[in-house]
Parts: sequence; structure tokens; C-alpha cells
Amino acid sequence: MSVESDTPAKPADGAFASDNRQAVTLGDSARDYVNRLRGGDMGSLPAILGLVVLFVVFSTLHDRFLTTYNMANLVVQAGSIIVLAMGLVFVLLLGEIDLSAGVAGGASACVTALMLIDHDWHWLLATIAGIVVGAVIGLAIGALVSFLGIPSFVVTLAFFLALQAIPLKLIGSGGSLRFNNEVLRGLSIKNVPVTAGWIAAVVIVLGFAALALWRYRSRSARGLVHQPLPLVIIQIVVLAVIIFGLTALLSANRAPNPNLFNISGIPWVLPVVIALLLFWTFVLTRTRFGRHLYAVGGNAEAARRAGINVTRIRISAFVIASSMAAVSGLLAASYTGKVSPGSGGGNELLYAVAAAVIGGTSLFGGRGRAMDAVIGGLVIATIPNGLGLLNQAAYINLLVTGGVLLLAASVDAISRRRRSAAGV
Amino acid sequence: MAQPLLELRGVNKSFGVAHVLHDVDFAVYPGQVTALVGDNGAGKSTLVKIIAGIYGRDTGDYLFDGQSVNVHGPRDVAALGVEVVYQDLALCENLDIVENMFLGREETKGITLDEVAMESRARETLASLSVRTVKSVRQSVSSLSGGQRQTVAIAKAVLWNSKVVLLDEPTAALGVAQTRQVLDLVRRLADRGLGVVLISHNMGDVMEVADRVTALYLGRVAADVHVEEVTHGRIVELITAGRSGDLGIAENPATATV
Repeated sequence: MSVESDTPAKPADGAFASDNRQAVTLGDSARDYVNRLRGGDMGSLPAILGLVVLFVVFSTLHDRFLTTYNMANLVVQAGSIIVLAMGLVFVLLLGEIDLSAGVAGGASACVTALMLIDHDWHWLLATIAGIVVGAVIGLAIGALVSFLGIPSFVVTLAFFLALQAIPLKLIGSGGSLRFNNEVLRGLSIKNVPVTAGWIAAVVIVLGFAALALWRYRSRSARGLVHQPLPLVIIQIVVLAVIIFGLTALLSANRAPNPNLFNISGIPWVLPVVIALLLFWTFVLTRTRFGRHLYAVGGNAEAARRAGINVTRIRISAFVIASSMAAVSGLLAASYTGKVSPGSGGGNELLYAVAAAVIGGTSLFGGRGRAMDAVIGGLVIATIPNGLGLLNQAAYINLLVTGGVLLLAASVDAISRRRRSAAGV
Repeated sequence: MAQPLLELRGVNKSFGVAHVLHDVDFAVYPGQVTALVGDNGAGKSTLVKIIAGIYGRDTGDYLFDGQSVNVHGPRDVAALGVEVVYQDLALCENLDIVENMFLGREETKGITLDEVAMESRARETLASLSVRTVKSVRQSVSSLSGGQRQTVAIAKAVLWNSKVVLLDEPTAALGVAQTRQVLDLVRRLADRGLGVVLISHNMGDVMEVADRVTALYLGRVAADVHVEEVTHGRIVELITAGRSGDLGIAENPATATV
């Protein structure tokens, strides 16, 4: 149990006298943060440090790594991994795994492509069809795991094998479907107009600032636990720097030959990722459903006794994971411009699991955020991007990625042990 | 004496051929701590689970506030205002104190959680129980000591204006200081007018905090007495032999049939 020793309650204490003192100054919250880190609650810190290290290493080894052209490329490459990982966060939160998410994405993208090519559907309808395919797959997995009690590892391993049959049957071996719908393909190869990009950036920063300040005011007014004002302002400034910096970077003409072409603006993938990030962050942190997800991941028996429908929560997590996998499959198809029978059957899934875990989502359940997928996905995408520039052989890429995953899982396991020892 | 808040009359319960409870009468009075004692296998857990609505009764009445009620499951019991704090506490370690206290019954504003309302109410409840040992209501439960966790579990049970709280071995895993805190809390609950049932193996705790003692022996009520009427030693005799002097079961059922 805990290492702290309890002193008997002193009647002289005011009720919760120490409670209001919680992190009122910047120093207090800094000390709190350090204590949490020491206790093993690392969050996304290892991933952010890893990203910094990768950027330093690759930018010193290759002068084209830090160009805006390559950075935009990196954003597009990371998109599908991030979205897949964001879906996986939901099953990992419950301590489950979905090995079939990659091929579920491939199968969904294949259905969308067929609807576009053979049936001439509107891109939006075709996209919805693909996502529905993903949702149905998730429903089946969730039902098998919940009702029959088969471990998700086994169910999704079976689905991993069986789902590869769908594109193979629909496309035929050796074939591939072109994926050249203007809108869907445009997600990867077209950019948001520069002005629109700036407007969106300003809206996001102002929205975040307004929300954070409103939250600070309403909580401090009622004497509830809140962050100190300087910390809130620091958070807003950091976000503003990142968002505006990224927008500025991507708004510049990044064509390798700027006199011949003009490539500028935020790739469309980025707004898609940000929208999903905001949506799922809201669901996880501000709704009953999100709270119940964490509860089931932390202690399913306690959740059941509290009247939470554990079966429903578990099935929903798999449905979300597979639906997000469908979106990810579409983004991957958009990037490569085609869907082939092998789509999603390669390393996509393991990259996405690695991304979520590196970002700070625990494999043991109960801990994770949508943001983890973004940070971890950037780390995972940076490795092949940088190694590719350095003309390294494919085996190096696999070795490094595998090593990074192992490192992340070790950090997860060790910090979990520290948490239970230090009780933070 | 006042009317019991919760009363069981003539309850029998069998699992197959094993007759676990024989004509058990059990009453919980408002403002009193009723200790439920008995050896392993005496039927304490079965009785608690019947009160909690987890098990049904073969025969017997379940009365609440003097009215006979039909209880078909844990939800009915919770609706009456009866809460059970089990030994394993059932807290989610990854959630903080407020989140645990409102788990499954979160307050919402539209579709979003109303954190302000929940945190205020959680704090009021803890303060009303004079709980001062937690640093912040936003601490995660994994950072709490055993006594603090027990406190949170109890506070969670009283948050819902419950009238009867059953505590299953609340001090079993605690050190001296922590046991002190929890026993103080148990006393405060009763002083607020709640009916408290304390299931315990620790006679020291029972003698100190309980008003009444109900001793079970092999599925029968051996005694239902005021704590002043008995001594530590007599309770132990009631638990182990089913009788003690003029108290207890007239003939020891274990040896009567021999």
C-alpha cells in the first residue's frame, strides 16, 4: 500500500485546510509535477523527449530533414498512424488489444474504393460506408469478447487473419484499386488555403484560451481545486506558439524549387486529425461515457457494482477502435493513392500500438488520452521519415521501430511498478 | 426503543442441502452501531448479502421503516437508502476521489459532466464527516493509504443520503492510527442518525464503537444485546460456543442432535 503514514486527524485542523492549498502557486504545481514524475506518472514526457532526440539526431545527420517540405511530409505520413492509434487508445484503456485494427482499416478502405469506382457513389457516402464496415467489425469483436469471454488477443488475431480475405476476394490477388477521388486523395496531396489555415489557427488558440480561462475563473470562484493562473497562461502561450508556429511553417512555400511551383498551406490531413483529437478528448474527459471507460479500465468489478454496464462500454470501445481504423485506412489509401489486398496487413497495427504506448497510454488499462496517439504517432512516423532520408536499409528501420516500442513498453511497465510502490 | 430502520424477521436461507440461516431476526436502529459478529461460516456474509439484495430469502420478512418491502436486487436496496461497503472497497485506483464517489451516478449538465457540482458535494460530504486527512479531493485513489481508501468508500456510501450503511470488516487491513480514524468515522455516522452495521472480527473495535451486538452461531442468532450487558469474553463465548451464561442458544445445536 502507500508509503505515507497517516497521522490521526487533529481536531484543530480546519476542514480541508490543506486542500485549498493545492497548487496555488507555480512553484507548488512544479513540485507536484516533479513528484508525479518521480512516482512514475510520466504521461507523454518520454515521448516528447524522444521526439526531441529524434529531431536533433536526424537534423544533424541530414540537412533536408528540417525543411518545411519534409515537415509537411511528416505530418501526412503520421496522419494514418495517429488516427489508428487514437482508436486503439480506447481498447488499451480497457486493458484489451485489437490486433485486427490495421486490416479492418484495409477492408474498409477497400469497400469505400469499390463504392467510388464501381458504383460511382458520392465520396461522402462511400466514406460513411467504409466507416460502417469498420463499426460492424468492431461490434462483432466486442460481442465475442464480452459475451463469449474470449480474450481479445485471440478474437482479434482471428479477425486479423480472416479480414484479410475481404480485400483479397474483392480486389483479387495481385490487383489494386486506384484511390483518386478528388476529395479523399486530396486529404494527403492538397492543402488548406493559407488564409483559411490562419483563421482556423486563430480560432483554435482563442477557443482554447477562452475555455481555459473560463474554467480557471469558475473553479477558483467556487474554491475548487484549480491550476494557478500563471500555469494556465503558460499553457495557452505554449499552445499558441505550437499552433501558430506550425501554421507559419506550413504556410510558407515549401516546394523544393520555389520558383517553379508553389506548395503552401496546411495539408488537409492535419485538420482531420485535430478535429478527431478534439472530439475524442471531449468524449474521454467531459462525458459520462468517457468516465465510465476509465472506470472499467481501472477496476471492472468496481464499475459493475457502481451500476455501469460494463458490456456496453467494452463493445463501444471496440466499435470506436475499428471505426477509427476505417478512417485511418482511408487516410492511408489517400496517401498511397491505391488500395491493395495487403493494405493494413503490414506493420500499421504494430506502429499504432507503439504510438499509443509511446505517447503514454498504458498497456495495463486505465490510463491514456487521445493526445497520446498524436505525440506517439509523430515519434513513430519520424523514424522511417528520417531513416528514409538517410537512405538506410529497411531492416534498420524495423530494428529501430521495434526497439522504440520495447523501450516504450518498458517505460510503461516500470512506471506502473513505481506508481504502485510510491502510490501516485 | 425507537422503531428499527431496517429489520429482518425469521429469515431462512439454504444453499441446496446446507441450511445456512435459521430463523434469523436482525434489526438496525437509527443512530446506533449494530455489530454483527460470528465465526467464519456463522452466516454473516450470507446475512449481509441478503440485506444487500444479492441473495433472496427462502422465508422471512424484510422490513424497512416498519414497512414490509419487496427486495429483488441490489438496486432496490440502494433505492431504499441502504449502502454496503464491501471489504475490497470497489474503488477505481486510476480515478480521483470525486470521480470514485460519483462513479455510476455522475451529475451532468447537458451531455457534459458537472465537475463543479460533483466536487463541491464531495467536499461537503467529506467535511461533514470531519475527514481531514486527504490532501485534495482531486488526488487519485492509488495515492491514498488503506484508511483513507476506507474513508472514501464510506463517504461514497453516505453521499446518497443513505439511511443504513453496512461496513464489512472496515478495519481488517489497517494499522493502529488508521483504525482509529475509521472507528471515529463509524461513530460519527451513527451520531448523524444513520443505522450502521459493523461486521467485525475485532472484539476491541466492537466493544468500543458498537451500541448493540448481534452474535451469529452456526446460522442462528445466539444473542442480540446491548453492548453494556456483555463483556469482551462473553462475546467471544457467544461466537465460539453459541452461549454464555444466561445468554445464547438454549441447547447447542451442534451437539444437540448427537
